[in-house]
Amino acid sequence: MSAVSVFVPLDSAARSVGADEVADAVVREAARRGLEVQLVRNGSRGMFWLEPLVEVATANGRVAYGPVEAKDVGELLDAGMLDGARHRLSLGETEEIAHLKRQTRFTFARVGVIDPLSVADYEANGGLAGLRRALEMTPQEIVTEVTESGLRGRGGAGFPTGVKWQTVLDASADLKFIACNADEGDSGTFADRMLMEGDPFLLVEAMAIAGLAVGASEGYIYVRSEYPDAITTMSAAIDIAYLHGWIGPSVLGSGRAFDLYLRVGAGAYICGEETAMLESLEGRRGMIRAKPPLPAIAGLFGRPTVVNNVLSLATVPPILAQGAEAFRGLGVGRSRGTQVFQLAGNVKHGGILETAFGLSLGELVEKVGGGTASGRPVRAVQVGGPLGAYLPNSRFDLPMDYEAFAAVGAMVGHGGVVVFDDTVDMSRQARFAMEFCAEESCGKCTPCRLGSVRGVEVIDRIVAGIDREANLELLEDLCETMVDASLCAMGGLTPYPVRSALEHFPEDFAPTKAVPL
Amino acid sequence: MVSRTAGSYTAWSKERALEIVEKHADERGPLMPILHDLQDVFGYVDPRAVEVLAEALNLSRADVHGVVSFYKDFRTELPGSSVIRVCRGEACQSMGAEQLARHARALLEVDFGGTTSDDAITLEQVFCLGNCALSPAVMVDGRLKGRVDEARFDDLVADVKSQAL
Repeated sequence: MSAVSVFVPLDSAARSVGADEVADAVVREAARRGLEVQLVRNGSRGMFWLEPLVEVATANGRVAYGPVEAKDVGELLDAGMLDGARHRLSLGETEEIAHLKRQTRFTFARVGVIDPLSVADYEANGGLAGLRRALEMTPQEIVTEVTESGLRGRGGAGFPTGVKWQTVLDASADLKFIACNADEGDSGTFADRMLMEGDPFLLVEAMAIAGLAVGASEGYIYVRSEYPDAITTMSAAIDIAYLHGWIGPSVLGSGRAFDLYLRVGAGAYICGEETAMLESLEGRRGMIRAKPPLPAIAGLFGRPTVVNNVLSLATVPPILAQGAEAFRGLGVGRSRGTQVFQLAGNVKHGGILETAFGLSLGELVEKVGGGTASGRPVRAVQVGGPLGAYLPNSRFDLPMDYEAFAAVGAMVGHGGVVVFDDTVDMSRQARFAMEFCAEESCGKCTPCRLGSVRGVEVIDRIVAGIDREANLELLEDLCETMVDASLCAMGGLTPYPVRSALEHFPEDFAPTKAVPL
Repeated sequence: MVSRTAGSYTAWSKERALEIVEKHADERGPLMPILHDLQDVFGYVDPRAVEVLAEALNLSRADVHGVVSFYKDFRTELPGSSVIRVCRGEACQSMGAEQLARHARALLEVDFGGTTSDDAITLEQVFCLGNCALSPAVMVDGRLKGRVDEARFDDLVADVKSQAL
């Protein structure tokens, strides 16, 4: 009998709850029983409440068990796990798990399925099809295909990716760059990390396609230092891609060059802002640049540069492989395709959910997420990261699309949703938003640098009941100034969590409370 | 950046620093990769490196110092044998990270940024480790840990201390 493939994720979140120990136990316990197993360290399927999730390849497809602890492995093997036998930890056939079945995995099609660094796995599962097609197209044809897909920036701003690429294609310069923003600093987001750890070749392929599309010969991936596993996997993928001629002096033997470099951030949240990231890539402090000029015209080292988030780029290869219509056909209104929603915080079933735009916030939190992890009622959710609005459950009918959220002063952003139960103190969350801005501001513009510090003080005074009405007015004034006069989204969006907390949870700002420290 | 086990750092040497600079000679805007490498080798960015880098890269000392001081990752002194980072982002807050942060400081008797008196552990705060569905998250010497309650934190600290012996 040949060795049975057993999958135990190498994703850092899975490892954070014991996947390495489980993998070791699989090898050790199988050997002890004379069973032949082939251990594969895959990415995560994104169902973190089930991690470590162990899968076994059977004649009927992959069968899942979870959450598995190292001490369960011997018992699982004895119960016949290698034949897919039932056990109290059985989850059945992986593809039939309800949480996965309701998803449309477009960008994340291979994450959790393949060995992230296996060239054979990658190609056998549709990898390189997009790049091969791109090599048969003119740059304008590639850009047009991306534009027609309706893809919008997944980093948060939602700017049409094709329009950005067109600008860089139309710019004439001796040198152009692709810069991938993998500085995923927002709490409640981890999809970029999962993709880099689970399907790194996809990002390599995407960067090469972007290079072909706009005429750029060099690409940089800027990964945050807080992601050491993603850095390791991504670097290895780049080395392997060079070795196989996927990138380098002649992309897939086409004679067209594309070099790719990985750069590591150093703990500055602001470097997730595109111009600050460019400064950092150039070896300077992460101070934001005033726009215009747009990076598409004068970006990295002053050259036309495509700056895209990991997921925006990673969605391009399947768009090229399957055609713009395959993506465009999904979604609602002007929010086309799928979004990789991320459920985080105090939620029972946290993880990712890639699905077409349009399901409601309530469906996402209650139905998919299963409510809170603590079992208490949901009180607030923050959508779109630390600069996103806090929403109460009375807003759970909101459909998850860019325009519907914008209409109520919120943003879908990158699709990260952080859930809070009824023990949350919203005045503290509002204060934290200002405090975070003060901590992470690059300091270039006054509304952000000073406004955030004053914001903390004003909120403290409101909660302490000092000159309450006057200070509420002052806070509103301050928020308005920050929104209108900040140079970038850091200062410009910090008022979103503050104002929304005040609007929806005024009782938490009541003067009966002590000054928070 | 990527933490490593203690005791493996090299003492500051200008020659070694220049070797690192040389390794990045062909890169565009090499200051950040150089600083990361310096910290990886020496455990911190020695203030003496500022002048060395400024001269080698044709930058002003103010430029180099400005970069070193801007980024939280770059240390100007040796850390403890282990570095424990506690996440204080919103997702972790929703699962009790603030309580964990208080507990960590009380247990180790240091504030964030401080090193325990026996040089065993440097405690840091961080805003998001990308483990937001398994909050609260902590990173111990570059290894991510999830669902870290106070008891698990105590175990992690005990592990770190026993490895140091």
